[in-house]
Amino acid sequence: MTGFGGFVLRRAVGALVTLLVLSVIIYVVFYVTPGNVAQITCGPRCSPAQVQQVAEQLHLNDPLFERYWHFLQGLVAGQDYSTGTAVQHCSAPCLGLSYQSDQQVTALILAKLPVTASLALGAMVLWLIIGVGTGVLSVWRRGRPTERLLTTLTLAGMSTPVFVIGLVLMIVVCGQLELLPFPQYVAFTEDPEQWAWNLLLPWLSLALIESATYARLTRAAMLETLAEDHVRTFRAYGVGERAIIRRHALRGAVAPLIAVNANNIGVLFGGAVLTETLFGLPGIGREMVEAVKVVDLPVVVGMVLVTGFFVVLANAVADVLYAVADRRVVLT
Amino acid sequence: MSEALVAVEAAGTDTSVPAASGARQFWRRLRTQRAALVAAVVVALLVLVALAAPLLTAIEGQDPTTYHPSLVDSARGGVPVGSFGGAGADHWLGVEPQTGRDLFARLVYGARVSLGVALAATVVQLVLGVVVGVAAGLGNRWVDLVLTRVADIFVAMPLMIVALALLAIVPAGFPRPVLVALVVGLVSGWGTLAKMVRAQTLTLKQLDYVAAARLSGWGTVRIARRELLPGLAAPVITFAAILVPTNITVEAALSFLGVGVKPPTPSWGQMLTSADVWYQAAPQYLLLPAGALFLTVLALTVLGDGVRTALDPRASSRLRVGTGRRREAS
Repeated sequence: MTGFGGFVLRRAVGALVTLLVLSVIIYVVFYVTPGNVAQITCGPRCSPAQVQQVAEQLHLNDPLFERYWHFLQGLVAGQDYSTGTAVQHCSAPCLGLSYQSDQQVTALILAKLPVTASLALGAMVLWLIIGVGTGVLSVWRRGRPTERLLTTLTLAGMSTPVFVIGLVLMIVVCGQLELLPFPQYVAFTEDPEQWAWNLLLPWLSLALIESATYARLTRAAMLETLAEDHVRTFRAYGVGERAIIRRHALRGAVAPLIAVNANNIGVLFGGAVLTETLFGLPGIGREMVEAVKVVDLPVVVGMVLVTGFFVVLANAVADVLYAVADRRVVLT
Repeated sequence: MSEALVAVEAAGTDTSVPAASGARQFWRRLRTQRAALVAAVVVALLVLVALAAPLLTAIEGQDPTTYHPSLVDSARGGVPVGSFGGAGADHWLGVEPQTGRDLFARLVYGARVSLGVALAATVVQLVLGVVVGVAAGLGNRWVDLVLTRVADIFVAMPLMIVALALLAIVPAGFPRPVLVALVVGLVSGWGTLAKMVRAQTLTLKQLDYVAAARLSGWGTVRIARRELLPGLAAPVITFAAILVPTNITVEAALSFLGVGVKPPTPSWGQMLTSADVWYQAAPQYLLLPAGALFLTVLALTVLGDGVRTALDPRASSRLRVGTGRRREAS
């Protein structure tokens, strides 16, 4: 199998296997864990009989294989769930119902996705501007104090955890200077202006941290291109430094930038756990933290799968873009 | 005596010598980088502080877990009594809001947790990555295929999410720092390393001295240990230097979220969880763990850069991004 179709097929199969293995791992770990899920789900004041009933209803006493099979069936063919009196139909791809709220996990994730997407995409725009800008500037001003300063700042950015810079930003901007209110998510469809203002600090926190990686990457790729023979030839022809940087050096940085960016975006779409928790944004990441605390197995498995899906998808897209940006790359 | 002479002389007596002269060269190259040297000193100091934590707190006369209710003003919600968050001769850096636990003691014991967990996780990642990578490189087609697939799966695994899930479901009885180190080590980092080691093994396998070893009847395990591992040392050490600061950040992040190291064990990430509430009354409660975290990761990153340049001098001109540290915690 060769060519583009073969590439897509191979990638899709690989992704499917990856995701299934992920779900099996989570199921097995949940299964071998002696923690009392039924008690946690039912609440601390439940009687043993009630706990038993919850365990029955959630199939917690079934063997591992049966439960996993059940999960796969729902994923492929949909599933009917009896929640107390009513029967709820969950159509394929069904990730099950939340132990806590009886809500469908797919619906739950879809409801949280816009928040996470807002955060990820806005931050991406900022980190590309800041990161690539810093990289280009430090190459343009190489050997001068500006470069030293930028390199130091980049190093500092790489060494700061996102929740530290987020905390500091929030305390300084919202607490001390009172320039902005403490962030509170407003949907874009509701009020675009409020949406942007409230996401500004989360965007900045993520972007300042991430842009360090992009600055380094841009700089490295550009310096590498600048050292090549064809650039020397252009210089000999009298092409100006500005044109060389813009037309030739920057081009060399495009492919690696795409690869790293795709990976970051994939991970972020699966939930910027720290940023969302810190700023109280009701996205996938924060939902994950909440679900994990109450051992809400279907939600946890669903979120892990969705995150894994985005990572794999983003990397596949990156490979394609990579090949488009650089003709020397062969898709395998 | 010249460098070459040492190598020649030693080569006659001991087979491990190429590595020894490599180490000497490594030190010489590392020494020329001022930033890396400063970073190395900072890292050494941090390790010293972590190791000497009981001694340091004994000098101060405090410990990290004793509550001092008299030192916090319960009427004002648990703000430390006195200026500078209660800092003074008894409590060098003040006390924790609400509990009154000694901040200096928690900070230095936190260094133990931070560095200990990160190093332990790195060891797990290195062992897994090297063993899986070498096995894939030396094994037959099927072994290679299966192991590479497994490594691929772990490369695609979203660390924070999976670690959250795993950490939440293991019961509380399990010693928490060990668990965090295990989870971080098992879930992240080693997949990429395994793929790199596999590629390197495939290259080394073709070389004459490995073929010679095989012809003289050496077994696979012996070849792997005596002939391949020395050749893998440089890239693996470089990779380890990137893994340690990443692991520190991840541990802090997990503890910050409340699923990592749990109280009463102190951890820098966990100290930051509630720091935003107290920043006005006790700013050091935010600044100290944040600063410690920043300094540690910065020093380790700079040192890692230095190590990489020392091991692969060409990398310095290429500007050492090659193995690119992936930011795991967002």
